[in-house]
Order: sequence, then C-alpha cells, then structure tokens
Amino acid sequence: MRRSVLALALALCLSSMAPGAGSAAPQPVPKTTVNEIEGEVMCPVCGTLLELADSPQARREKVFVAGLVAEGKSKSEVKDALVDQYGEEVLATPEASGFDLSAYLVPILAIVVAAIALAYSVVRWRRNSERDGQSGDGKPARAPQGEDAERLEADLSRYDL
Amino acid sequence: MGTRSFLAVLAVLAVIGLLAFGLLNKGATKIAVGDPVPDKTLPKLPGPGQESIADYRGDWVLVNLWASWCEPCREEAPILEDFYRRNRGRDTTVLGINVQDNEDDALAFLREHPTGYPQLRSVGNERSKAFGSTGVPENFLVDPRGRLALIWRGPVDDRFLAEEVEPLIEGRQ
Repeated sequence: MRRSVLALALALCLSSMAPGAGSAAPQPVPKTTVNEIEGEVMCPVCGTLLELADSPQARREKVFVAGLVAEGKSKSEVKDALVDQYGEEVLATPEASGFDLSAYLVPILAIVVAAIALAYSVVRWRRNSERDGQSGDGKPARAPQGEDAERLEADLSRYDL
Repeated sequence: MGTRSFLAVLAVLAVIGLLAFGLLNKGATKIAVGDPVPDKTLPKLPGPGQESIADYRGDWVLVNLWASWCEPCREEAPILEDFYRRNRGRDTTVLGINVQDNEDDALAFLREHPTGYPQLRSVGNERSKAFGSTGVPENFLVDPRGRLALIWRGPVDDRFLAEEVEPLIEGRQ
C-alpha cells in the first residue's frame, strides 16, 4: 500500500514536470491579421470591401476569416479558402474576363496612347523650333538681322573694355 | 477637322463606348415566365453527388434560392418543407439552391431546418446572376417541361403557396 502511494506520488510529480503539463495545447501562431485580410477582400453581396461592410453575409464572412486566421493560415491560404466558398468575386481584384477585363486593358492602352502623344508632341515641337530659327538646344541658329543686329552692336559696344 | 480635334472626339467616343458596354454587360440577367429555367449541374448539399433542375423534368419544381445568413429564408424553410410533404406525391418537388454562402454555415442551417427535399450548392453569386436575382430568398416555379411558370422575388408563405403555386400545379390556372 505504502509502495503504491509512493509510486502514485512519483507519477504525479513527474507528470507535473513534463513540458507543457498543466497548459492547453499550443496555439497556432497567426501568420496574418483579420484587418489585413478584410482590407483586401470583398463582401460579394454588398459589393464593397469586407472591412466596410456590415451586412449579415459580411458578418458571417468575417467570422469565417477570423477562424482561418486563428488556425494560423497564411494570407494566401485564407484568400484561397474564401474563393472556394464565395467565388472569385470575393477578391478585391477585377476578373480577367468580360467587362472587368477593361480594368487591366484600359491602363495599358492609356500608357500606349500617352507615349504616342508624347512622341508626336516632341517631334512637332522640334520641327516648329527649327522652323522658328531655334535649334533643338535653344541656341539661335541664325545671326540677328536689321534692327536687332544694330541694337545688339550698341549693347555690346557699351560693355566693350 | 484638325488631327487634334479628331483625336479628342475619338477619345470621348471610346469612353462613351466603354461606359455603354459596361452598363449592358453588368445588367442583371432578365428572365420571364415562359422562359426555359436557367440550369446548371451543381453539387448536392450535403455531398456527394451532383444534380440539376433538368433531373426533375416531368415534375413541377419549386426552386428556392436561399442563404444561411438570410432571416426570411429561416422563416420560410418550414413552410417550404410542409409544402413539399403535402405535394411530393403529385409529381411536385421543392429544390433548394444555396447561394452567396459558405458551406459550413449552409450545413448548419440545414441541421437546424432539416429538409426532405433536395438541396444544391452554388458558389458565390453565379446562380443568383443566372436567375437575375436581387437578393434571397427568391422562388421560381418550373413546369414539367422545364419552363418558368412563376417568378417570386421574395419569401413564400402558406397563403402565397395556396393561392399562386398550387392552382398552377393542379392546372386550375
């Protein structure tokens, strides 16, 4: 009897010294935050960013996101899970098809048009400058004539040392 | 017209064209009574397996779009279940399609409101758009030939089912 009591006491003592004893299972370390995700995904029903939405669907989506973040999922894993559940529309980026494709094409088109317009303007400006007697670097291409020449001579003679 | 004016007009026309295309493209799908019901094979809820509305061709089908977060959906669920039980022997069924929801929430809803009728799941807004839906719940009666016999954009109640749906099924209208 005495021996078994001693064995029980020893077992209790050892179990209390074991690592992690007396504490809950280790919690996963969050790799992202709820705020970060909510600022980058949509509430598909409301058509606004999730962080701005407060509809019943948005509240359920927020709970879903918070659960995944607490599980230690990364930002891309959370977004993948959201797409699985709510479709591509949950991402705050336009789809690469239909009208939404214009969100990608219009900026590219605008840059190309701006580049063409800029090149056209530079060529025109250079051509006009040459026609007006200015070389491209701003220096006069021809000597002053008539009244201008006389005035220049007079000015220069005043500073003649 | 100078080159500059021509380019300006071209740019304005391009912007107007883009806006018009956007408006036409973003408009909700229009469906009307008499049209073929928008259909697609969807996963069953709970799985496994897939089904479509066409699998019920020959029967009257009351298609119910719902979501777990929608309060009126909660209120109409027992009414739809009762309607299904009363009419299932008359070549009539109810077919639930869960939309704009996540699967766990949808399954929790079905545990809370068990249905004898089949349930399908559509990810995101895809089916809502196909039905030109503006919210949930919405209900669509499909005749045995697969055509829309009734469109009801809201929750159903006993009176609506008795006065609008059952006469169509019984051929009284």
